[in-house]
Amino acid sequence: MLRGAFKELLRYPSALAGLVVIFILVAVSIYTVITIPYEEAIRLWRGGEEVWGDVPKLAAPAWLNHFSSKKRPLTVKLTSEDPGVERNYAQISDDLWVDDVTYTFDFNYDEFPQEVAITLLGTFQEKAPYVSMVWVKPDGTEIRLADMAVEGGKRVYRASQDEKLSRKLKLPANANPIEGLFAEDPTAETPVPMKGTYQVRLEGTLFEPNATLESKVVVYGTVYGWAGTDHLRRDLSIALLWGTPVALSFGLLAAVGTTVLTMLISAVGVWYGGWVDALIQRITEVNLVLPVLPILIMIGVFYTRSLWAMLGIIIALSIFGAGIKTNRAIFLQVKAQPYIEAARAYGASDWRIIFFYMVPRIIPTIIPALVTLIPSFVFLEASLAVLGLGDPVLPTWGKIIDDARANGALYQGLYYWVLEPSALLMVTGVGFAMLGFSLDRVFNPRLREL
Amino acid sequence: MAEHMGEISPSAAQSKEQNRPRSSWERLLRYTVVRMVALFITVVIGVYLTILIANMGGYVDEIRRSQIREQIAIRLQNDPAFRALPPEERQKRIDAEVAVEEKRLGLDKPFLVRSFNYLKHALTLDLGRSENMTSDSGSRQVRLIILERLPATLVLFGTSQIVLFALSLFIALYLSRHYGSWLDRLFVALSPLSSAPGWFYGIFLIIVFAAWLKILPFGGMVSVPPPKDPIRYALDVAYHMILPIMALTLSSIFISVYGWRTFFLIFSSEDYVEMAKAKGVHPRAIERRYILRPTLPTIITSFALGVIGVWMGAPIFETIFNWPGLGRVLFHAVQLFDTPVIVGSTVIFAYLLALTVFLLDIIYAIVDPRVTVGGGRRA
Repeated sequence: MLRGAFKELLRYPSALAGLVVIFILVAVSIYTVITIPYEEAIRLWRGGEEVWGDVPKLAAPAWLNHFSSKKRPLTVKLTSEDPGVERNYAQISDDLWVDDVTYTFDFNYDEFPQEVAITLLGTFQEKAPYVSMVWVKPDGTEIRLADMAVEGGKRVYRASQDEKLSRKLKLPANANPIEGLFAEDPTAETPVPMKGTYQVRLEGTLFEPNATLESKVVVYGTVYGWAGTDHLRRDLSIALLWGTPVALSFGLLAAVGTTVLTMLISAVGVWYGGWVDALIQRITEVNLVLPVLPILIMIGVFYTRSLWAMLGIIIALSIFGAGIKTNRAIFLQVKAQPYIEAARAYGASDWRIIFFYMVPRIIPTIIPALVTLIPSFVFLEASLAVLGLGDPVLPTWGKIIDDARANGALYQGLYYWVLEPSALLMVTGVGFAMLGFSLDRVFNPRLREL
Repeated sequence: MAEHMGEISPSAAQSKEQNRPRSSWERLLRYTVVRMVALFITVVIGVYLTILIANMGGYVDEIRRSQIREQIAIRLQNDPAFRALPPEERQKRIDAEVAVEEKRLGLDKPFLVRSFNYLKHALTLDLGRSENMTSDSGSRQVRLIILERLPATLVLFGTSQIVLFALSLFIALYLSRHYGSWLDRLFVALSPLSSAPGWFYGIFLIIVFAAWLKILPFGGMVSVPPPKDPIRYALDVAYHMILPIMALTLSSIFISVYGWRTFFLIFSSEDYVEMAKAKGVHPRAIERRYILRPTLPTIITSFALGVIGVWMGAPIFETIFNWPGLGRVLFHAVQLFDTPVIVGSTVIFAYLLALTVFLLDIIYAIVDPRVTVGGGRRA
């Protein structure tokens, strides 16, 4: 029966589309879990400065550059240990060493970078190395950025916070110093970045023979990766990828758990009849009045936000729903069949009758209902995350939407932040729903002609 | 035999008297009362469960305790004799009074007894005072905080449900008449789109209409400053309702239309409809009497489930659209961790659900001719 049903299913284009979508989602899930294991994902998602430090904030996906005439900059990262960097280390006198590093990079974009950060790392015994930083624009203009001693072993210079630079370059009052570093004419109405080869020269002076000086220059772009980044500089692709297995497993487990338990409970109710049946009916009525989301909110706020706890509670609240009534109607029909009486005659136990005679009759109705139920649970998980009650550790799609909403993504025009997880949610929901609807038409002949 | 017959007649007359058909209104009234009682019991159990869940961690206890302490502290502050006492004495005095008050209110009794006490309070909507939130009229009473926002929610959801119902009915009837047309196939193909909840579509609609096209507002119920003239005010509210209603409608319309049109098609292939066509009954009359009437109970049931679903999505939906209703109050309370409001909201939601179920039961009873309510047989 199942094989015939499957062949029947393939005749529907929506079923095929649904199956393809689900297949892709499952493949992505498996790939994600294998290539970015759980601990690695948590580390990347909650990592901190070491993980995110060199990634731009709120950057759009890099492929957007293909669709726009104005190219937005990618991030340029250069360290003093890179092979092509020009380095000059020499001793000048007894207690004076010179360590000059010149970084060169090309900048051919139509928009300004987000930030320029120069990190200095020095090791020394008593006297910290002293560094002068010079910025060279493609037309040869040299701008002295800052002079600083590497106190404490690490100093970071951020151009966007350098007010002295704004004043030095005579920029208008609220202008971003970055424009001063990159613009052809910083005082113009709408400055345009100069394209060409830029240089950053770090003239370092060391005072000890064993002192060292390493540095890193990062010119933060405004686009990054295939998914962009969020307000904490996290690459969104991690959350998007890891959200897939989380969403799928949550939806599947919730749907299967609810459907199976509903089926069993209504079967037991119908078979034993009497007060068991009445009790189940009354519980269903009470359950109808229980507001599911507010209760979940209460539990999320007061007790635990762990995803698996939520899963259990959602299943518990969903079992005594409308499914009980429809299952009961079918089971009542089954109970009146002659083969049930025959089974009782040969002495079959109650449980045997329930499992071997009643349950198989309801499977055709249950399968489409189960598949159609999966999207609602996927969206329920997203809803909880948007409310701020998502799992505190796992990165999920709903989490991204919540972060986006809390940081005003829509008002700032950061549409990618909202659209990416939403699109994935939509695709997942519609994929399962398409499959479910087609299954419905296959298993319920009455709907077939329609 | 004759005596036998003689015996039958009076009892037959008696039973005939008992079985005389009551008027529809009487039946409806009895049904209403029965359902109200049944629903009330359900609400009591539901609210009790809510309290149990909330109090398993002792949160409701905490609310009560801190309330009592606050009241006593305020009262004692106004007593000059109290203020004259040194600090340790004051603390001891407060503690003593708190203990007396707690005993009076039964807070030292076992868990089960206490929970019934809370149940009584919850059922009378005495939901305590909020910790951080204030209602529009300046009160800290949880009941007022929540209930003052109720009209806003009702206006929005009520209107959208009416729009959804009317639109679905109209389109489903049209589709069932033009079965197989491209519009029919379009709606069937788009039905999986209804798996997404209203707030989801809301985000997209805001991006398109508010951020990009800039013709509709981002959210809120009225513009700032709100118009003074009542007619302009009403129009302003209507203007702000366009996007939310569109979102709710988009989310539910495809599946509604699909389900109803399928039912209409199933019912229009029944024998009695063929009979009616053969008799020459006007097609509209057929639709109304032979198709609509029997399907109405099922439609109303599925509509009821839809309404309940929409209620549940209110917190997120209202937050996305910044609509000042019940849902957004709950959302704020969650962010502020304001326990009394959170618990109170859940109780009120339970009430609202019960009310919705009750109303729909009444409508069901009126509409379904097969429902024999309150005993007695139809003439």
